[in-house]
Amino acid sequence: MRSMGATQEEYYRGVRMVPYDLVKEVVLAIVGVGVIAVILGAILSSPDVPPVTIAAWAQQDPIDLVTTATSELAGSSTSAGYGAPYNSAGEGQSWGPIAPQKWFGARIPVDSANTFVIQPLQRASFSNTDLGKALSTWQGATADEQTKWLDAYGKALPDATVSDGKVAVATGDYGPLPVMMANLLGVAQAGGLDGLLVINGRFYQTDYTLPLLFMGDGSYLSGLADQAHLTGSQWGMMNETGSYPGQTWLWLYTMWYQVFPFNSDSGFIGLNAGNADLGIIILMTLLTAALALVPFIPVLRDIPRRVPIHRLIWRTYYVPRKSPARRRN
Amino acid sequence: MDSPASYVHWGFILISMPNLLVIGGMIILFAIALAAPFPHAEDGDDVSN
Amino acid sequence: MSATSPPGAVPSESKSWTLRLRQAIDRHLPMDHLLPDRQPYYVGSWVYVFGVVTIAALVWVIVSGVVLSFMGPQWWHDSGLGRFFNSLHFWSVQLFFIFMVLHLWGQYFMAGWRHGRAATWMIGVVIFGVSILTAFTGYLSQQNFDAQFIAINAKDAMNSAGAGAFFNVLNFGQMYGLHVMLLPVGVTFLVVAHIVMVRVRGVVKPIDAEGGARP
Repeated sequence: MRSMGATQEEYYRGVRMVPYDLVKEVVLAIVGVGVIAVILGAILSSPDVPPVTIAAWAQQDPIDLVTTATSELAGSSTSAGYGAPYNSAGEGQSWGPIAPQKWFGARIPVDSANTFVIQPLQRASFSNTDLGKALSTWQGATADEQTKWLDAYGKALPDATVSDGKVAVATGDYGPLPVMMANLLGVAQAGGLDGLLVINGRFYQTDYTLPLLFMGDGSYLSGLADQAHLTGSQWGMMNETGSYPGQTWLWLYTMWYQVFPFNSDSGFIGLNAGNADLGIIILMTLLTAALALVPFIPVLRDIPRRVPIHRLIWRTYYVPRKSPARRRN
Repeated sequence: MDSPASYVHWGFILISMPNLLVIGGMIILFAIALAAPFPHAEDGDDVSN
Repeated sequence: MSATSPPGAVPSESKSWTLRLRQAIDRHLPMDHLLPDRQPYYVGSWVYVFGVVTIAALVWVIVSGVVLSFMGPQWWHDSGLGRFFNSLHFWSVQLFFIFMVLHLWGQYFMAGWRHGRAATWMIGVVIFGVSILTAFTGYLSQQNFDAQFIAINAKDAMNSAGAGAFFNVLNFGQMYGLHVMLLPVGVTFLVVAHIVMVRVRGVVKPIDAEGGARP
């Protein structure tokens, strides 16, 4: 085994050195790569599909928006039952005793019913007495009454119809819900809900947690993503909109979502589709550590010696030259 | 470039054509780098130490 | 200003930290190792070029990124020139990852970690990981449809690991700040360390029958 030795002089003793211009190489590399990047940029441009707004969602699929808002009030939406870091309504993902999702609690508190429905409606009711009355009715009702209205309304929504952008359901006892939802939909279609959710009572804002969580609870955005092959079960992590290359370096990370046990409900040793995010993060952490530790892992570190690629790279070394100046160390 | 990409579906693998071109191109580029002759500096050789 | 004593020939206990630091640098990375004009004759394959073109791509990522950050997040949507710099940034990132992975393949098959170079390899893997994180925050900062969907999906992975409590992918301000400031500084620092480590030790020797592949 040859170690480095104290200095390069010792390491390279007896090795023939040839001129090599590193600075010229890096300058040529910068120029060359720059030319390639400029040509690609000029000819192919880059992906920039405009973002979806709540307004667009409310206009294109009002029933889905109202259904989502109803589920927020009912506590049955994804965000309402998510658990940490938004609330404590759900357990989150775990693998046996490993449950890091719960460790830090609700550090980004989101009360779905209030945040996505009640508070925006309260702001919108400033000069709208009908809405104000509907809200008072809602706030003054018992939990049982609210549940009854939500159940009935939730059952009626799949058969709802849309006319002039408004959602109509079959006649039934829904309490103040139709008035509340009609107003929420109107505010949303006008772009007001985008504003109310992102501003959230402030003025300056760079945090889009609330509008994104709300959109994620619905089906409109995910439907568009599905068409663009961006969803998890479509290897979506490595894909890009349009015909552009995506994050190809994520191939191994996204691959695990497509294979057993992470694509199965029953799974294996407690790993399944339900805790796939956690399981895959643990797996990828181990694999990345293994990559870093390749120099110390038998078999993995010996493969290069057995695969003759190095013989191509160093062919001037392995095929002796006739020059008398060359000496092998 | 904004039109949807076509996809190659092979068993459980589902890859977009642009991604396949990038990965295929990388393999080809590596093979070329292995095979292509590299300009050798013949003059000014000296032996270290 | 001349040294008070030749390098390596330190009097028994020099109390000067400055002198000892300078002598350590002189020992490990003298100028002709930092900027050698000669390489071993076996450095004669195009595979060796992948490292430097990765650096070149990083230069363009940073240059285009600086222009984008100077003009602000609306510019690349609203103006043709902004869109061009967005494209330059997008493609130089693609080239950066392409060349970095080719460099990884080359170094793996050369077993570049041998002869005391394990740390260089490990720093390289860390650079790979931090670059992926940097790209991730970049994709989240685009403020377009792709960014929306990446955020909504990725939050589940971050939350499952507990990281989501501190690293909120739905928070554009946080992601953008990490992307333009903290992470590029990290990547640059690690790349400089990686290059210095290569220059301190020189390129690794070819795999020999008796040499073994241990670090």
